[in-house]
Amino acid sequence: MRVSFLFYEDCPSHDLALERLREVLDEKGIDANVEVVKVESEEQAQELRFVGSPTILLNGQDIAPPPPDSHYALTCRAYRREDGRISPLPSPDTIRRAIDAAEKAEPSDG
Amino acid sequence: MANLKPGDEAIAFELPGVDDQHHALADYADKEAVALIFTCNHCPYAQAWEDRIVQTQADYADRGVQVIAINANDPEKYPDDSFPRMKERAQEKGFNFPYLFDESQEVARVYRAERTPEVFLFGKDGTLLYHGTVDDNYEDPGAVQNHYLRDALDAALADEESPVAQTRPIGCTIKWR
Repeated sequence: MRVSFLFYEDCPSHDLALERLREVLDEKGIDANVEVVKVESEEQAQELRFVGSPTILLNGQDIAPPPPDSHYALTCRAYRREDGRISPLPSPDTIRRAIDAAEKAEPSDG
Repeated sequence: MANLKPGDEAIAFELPGVDDQHHALADYADKEAVALIFTCNHCPYAQAWEDRIVQTQADYADRGVQVIAINANDPEKYPDDSFPRMKERAQEKGFNFPYLFDESQEVARVYRAERTPEVFLFGKDGTLLYHGTVDDNYEDPGAVQNHYLRDALDAALADEESPVAQTRPIGCTIKWR
């Protein structure tokens, strides 16, 4: 599985989000190299279609697909938790569900 | 780094609010404490804490505490932080405190505020009692260990020193022009 982690340094929780991602990958027994991308300019944000920090892509797919009209910018990203609260971080459950979906979508070896 | 340190005097300002009235810091001179909070609409940290700020105002209003929220973000870059969107947000979330627009960013600059949210708590004599974050857990209100703002308010109302006078504000950076 290709795993990418995109972040904007001014958003203070990116280290915690990366740690959370790695913990869930470990828990699932997935030995993936996480490609960590620091987004440093508005131009880069446009180019990478970066809707905010942190953004996690599994095989190129966002773990919490943003609305189609989202704009790309150097900003912090809001995630809605299972209980409806807003958080600057994806919850472990959000990451787990996205990994499960990405695994199902991958072509099987056999 | 903020321009003020505990013990420093508040810096006067007057700004328009979402109620279409102008609000000056001096209007609240009779309050026991004023919590000036730089915040905004779009930032997830501001959103994560805003219910707690509303609750803090509700819990402390009858003890003479006034929360004043100020948004200084550039709405050209962040349209969700425009004045019309501030009005919508205040209504949606039931803000029970003035929500002011620092369009020129002058107030944020003189306070040297950096983040949203960032709290400056002033006592009855107008001196800074506490500066920093709201509490120590933006993700889960039930897991908060240190209620910095509430603890500082309790101390102010008891005429005691804040147990913690400064913490590092945690949130999005203010979006300068």
